[in-house]
Amino acid sequence: MKFLPIIWRNLMRRKIRTIFTLLSIFVAFLLFGYLMAVRSAFNMGVDLAGADRLMVLNKISIIMPLPGNYSDKVRAIDGVKDVTHANWFGGYYQETRNQFPNMAVDPESWLRMYPEFHVPEDQKKAWLADRQGALVGADTAKRFGWKVGDRVPLQATIFRSVRPSWEFNIDGIYDSPVKGTDKTQLFFHYDYVNEAVPPASSFANSVGWLVIRVNDPEQSPAVAKKIDQLFANSPTETKTDSEKNFIAGWAKQIGNISMIMQLIAAATLFMMLLVTANAMAQSIRERTSELAVLKTLGYGDGKVLSLVLMESCVLALIGGVAGLGLSWFLVEYFGDPTGSFLPAFFLPPRDLAIGVLMVLALGFLTGAIPAMQASRLRIVDALRRS
Amino acid sequence: MLSQIVTVTGVNLRSLRERLGSSVVAMIGIAGVVVVFLGVLSIAEGFRAAMASVGDPQTVIVMRAGSDTEMTSGLSGDTARLIIDSPGIARNERGPIASPELFVIVGHPTKKDPSDANVPLRGVSPAALDVRPQVKIVEGRMFTQGTNEIVVGRAASRQFADLTVGSAPKWGQNRWQVVGIFDAGGSAAESEIWCDARVLQPAYQRGNSYQSVYARLESRDAFQAFKDALTTNPQLSVTAIREPEYFAAQSDVLNKIITSIGFLIAGLMGIGAIFGAVNTMYNAVASRTREIATLRALGFGSVPVVFSVLAEAVLLSVVGGLFGGLIAWAAFDGYQTSTMNFQSFSQVAFAFSVTPKLLATALAYAIVMGLIGGILPAIRAARLPVVTALREL
Repeated sequence: MKFLPIIWRNLMRRKIRTIFTLLSIFVAFLLFGYLMAVRSAFNMGVDLAGADRLMVLNKISIIMPLPGNYSDKVRAIDGVKDVTHANWFGGYYQETRNQFPNMAVDPESWLRMYPEFHVPEDQKKAWLADRQGALVGADTAKRFGWKVGDRVPLQATIFRSVRPSWEFNIDGIYDSPVKGTDKTQLFFHYDYVNEAVPPASSFANSVGWLVIRVNDPEQSPAVAKKIDQLFANSPTETKTDSEKNFIAGWAKQIGNISMIMQLIAAATLFMMLLVTANAMAQSIRERTSELAVLKTLGYGDGKVLSLVLMESCVLALIGGVAGLGLSWFLVEYFGDPTGSFLPAFFLPPRDLAIGVLMVLALGFLTGAIPAMQASRLRIVDALRRS
Repeated sequence: MLSQIVTVTGVNLRSLRERLGSSVVAMIGIAGVVVVFLGVLSIAEGFRAAMASVGDPQTVIVMRAGSDTEMTSGLSGDTARLIIDSPGIARNERGPIASPELFVIVGHPTKKDPSDANVPLRGVSPAALDVRPQVKIVEGRMFTQGTNEIVVGRAASRQFADLTVGSAPKWGQNRWQVVGIFDAGGSAAESEIWCDARVLQPAYQRGNSYQSVYARLESRDAFQAFKDALTTNPQLSVTAIREPEYFAAQSDVLNKIITSIGFLIAGLMGIGAIFGAVNTMYNAVASRTREIATLRALGFGSVPVVFSVLAEAVLLSVVGGLFGGLIAWAAFDGYQTSTMNFQSFSQVAFAFSVTPKLLATALAYAIVMGLIGGILPAIRAARLPVVTALREL
């Protein structure tokens, strides 16, 4: 610690160089934080997927429905603890660009299935009792300025032939203490829609997909197999997979965003490594005679080495931590740069920790070569050189 | 003045070799930004091209009112009939050039990954090829009406597993037979699989319903009259949209995501690279302090000095920009991939596209970075007090 003043003096020798090197490091880590947030957004919260939840879909594709009685058939299977179902409604608010996920669900079993959605007890009760009621995520409520007690119309797309505009009472707003939980969804009673659908329609008494909780996550693959076997060779075959695989598969369909983000982050950090290393090398080269004087005064090789290393680390730490801090702040308080398409836009603590490690690595790597050179300096040569 | 500029810049550039290390750092910085900039925007460009190149303003898509994608639309057989018989649709010897269609997705693995992707399957009517003159069967033949034969778009055949002539994929209970591959001029239709709408209807429990009608207008100007005829018909509740506008809207969400994130990343990286360039140029000026002071003492003005420093910065950025552009072009241009169209949840295959226009934009961006990075050091060089500078070691 007592060397801090001398390190500080050295850094302030060429103020402009120090400032611009700091700024480069700062921008690099600001970007790093942002890239990691984008990455987590495109992974769609796959890390949050419930380990004991399975998804049952129509084998042909996700847009094909399942017969409504599949719920009960699946419930009877050994190892299945709980079953719920959902239908994609695909409605929008006022204009087509105001899209967000809205689904018809069985309210009671749905909330049992997703304990991460926190709803105040009185709102929950009101929703369960209100057939036209809807439960909306905090993000979407904020986006459209909806409050509990509002009555909002949604324009239908898929169910348009049944009724073009559907009205819902906002009975509750769910939030979640878990970072990255999707708070853009709206849920309402399946019965409200199903009763309105003409019995002859292929939509009648059908559900979009089932969500299952298993007794033991270890048994998930076996349970999934049992379900699919049950419906094999029937008119509606199923495809059952863990929630994690389902989300990962969905994310994969968008493309390997994760890899692109990591590549960009790597390229940026490599660039900054070069810029900082260059600045450090230059700064040590200019101070050869000074370092020789220090050595003459009795500073050992090791001490000179650590002085230079500390200098580069201080530089990296100031710039890097400030950059990471700002990116965290921006992601946290300004959020999704695209408006509302990336609900899981946040900076995971793990990535933040990786960022700090990167900062330290940057400090050591950029200081290493100049520090070695400085420690190996022979006093006589160095003094003569100037 | 001009000769002074040329001389000083010449002196400057000739001494560049001595500062190679730090100059290369600045160049790599700028090259890196250009690579990322081009990489991200070539995705947006390629996707846009795939979605928009179908743009035939004479073709119109009719869907149920309130639907912004075929996926959520639905038209009964009678409605489709009414639409086909509306005025303004071109006719040939087989009748009105209009094709009622179904649009569904099937789960099918990609070549790279065994997990299912949402592949679009389109049921078309006999007039489909007349409505889309750009679609050509390039291998095999068109499917026969009433059979479970399918033709596969060229991009779909390339992107997804086992979709070549002769293969027989099974989706649900239905087995299909691939009999042909079609080309659609690189447009989004090439990501699709086509079959007979009449065969698809029962397979997907759609009764006698469709999702959209694709129609060819008598002329481009016939659109308004056609649209008015539909909207004033009390039996219909549909919306008509020109094909280019439909596909532009379809790519809207993804484009917005890519460009907003892409510009943010490229912008931040650019700022970082500018800081790197500033450092490099300050060092360049610092290491040439005595040289510059000597020139000034000899009577060279400050303008040529400013100019020479800026020229060096721009040279570095141009070399870096060209280098980065070359890498990006070699690495990304034509790279085949597919993504999910957010509006219809279906896969669209496309190729990254590094267009000359993008390259020019990137190079201009590189030069701007160089200029901004060079301006402060240049001013500093011009302001060097001659006497003290000469004395400096």
